[in-house]
Amino acid sequence: MTQELIYSVTGIALFAIGLFGLIVAGHIVRKLVAINMMGIGVFMLFLATALHGPDTVDPIPHALVLTGIVVAVAGTCLCLWLAISISKLDNEKRKNPQQ
Amino acid sequence: MFRNLELVEADSNRSGLSVGALWFCALLIAVTCGALIAAIVLSPKAPPEIAALIASALPQSGVENPVTAVLLNFRSYDTLLEIAVLLIVAVAMVPGRTRVSGSRAATVNTDHNKDPMLADLVRWLVPIAVLVSGSLLWSGAYAPGGAFQAGAVLASACIAVVLAQNHSLQWQSHRARGSLVIGLMVFVAVAIACVAITGTLLQYPGAHAASYILFIEIALTLSIAATLLLLFTCLSTTSATVERSMDGAKTGHPA
Repeated sequence: MTQELIYSVTGIALFAIGLFGLIVAGHIVRKLVAINMMGIGVFMLFLATALHGPDTVDPIPHALVLTGIVVAVAGTCLCLWLAISISKLDNEKRKNPQQ
Repeated sequence: MFRNLELVEADSNRSGLSVGALWFCALLIAVTCGALIAAIVLSPKAPPEIAALIASALPQSGVENPVTAVLLNFRSYDTLLEIAVLLIVAVAMVPGRTRVSGSRAATVNTDHNKDPMLADLVRWLVPIAVLVSGSLLWSGAYAPGGAFQAGAVLASACIAVVLAQNHSLQWQSHRARGSLVIGLMVFVAVAIACVAITGTLLQYPGAHAASYILFIEIALTLSIAATLLLLFTCLSTTSATVERSMDGAKTGHPA
């Protein structure tokens, strides 16, 4: 129970830090890091609920988190790519302010 | 890779919230988290019915590792959709979107100044990483491991090769494009074959479940590795072009 509780509380704390960071941060990459932190908190909490006893572990949360990690990586990469595209457009605008 | 991203840009760093609003947000988040922790401590645990159900069905699944059984047999639809998501991201980011030419996925750079340390490291590291990847893929049947871990290790080996700058990748080639889609293609083909044989989507015919799973996992490993490699190379090359354009902006218009 204590081990499970430590993981759950840490997951919730990570989620909280990420949520606060998401609100406070202005830069898009900072926001992305904050969203990732929230996601990791959710994963941790979800994994902590998988433990039912000393030797009974529910494998479904494990499988879903494994899937979730890969999707989160892909989503983060797409967001970073969009962020780079935005900064490219900003730079072009800075170069030619009349357009 | 991210050295051109200015995190401390004066105009976009702050969200513009006042100190009072920030404290209010922090308080609200703290209260919510306290409620969440209380809910977790106080709520009764759900009985582990699903774990027992999976344990009882495990002998029919074709693998001994329950996580692999869930990923590729009991809930393989999730994994199918996940590889589809990866493919969508890859399609969004792949360079030279409409042009497909050439068959070589990588060409050798002859004119590049090679870093001897990195080249030697790659020579030793990449074969070991490929072996580890294959071992992880195989051991997924009875221990933690499987297509995702194997794909990640394989992708890191490829990234090491790219960083050594001895080879350059040709994402518009047939083979590179093929490696991106092969995971989803094989998965969908197996799903359709399952409909033809057993009448249910992704319901493997009993005796051959293990070979179906291995077949899918090999294709998934290739596709996941290729997609992760594509994501890395796209981000590093686009940020390099941004850097160049920013340099141009700086020299053209000194602020």
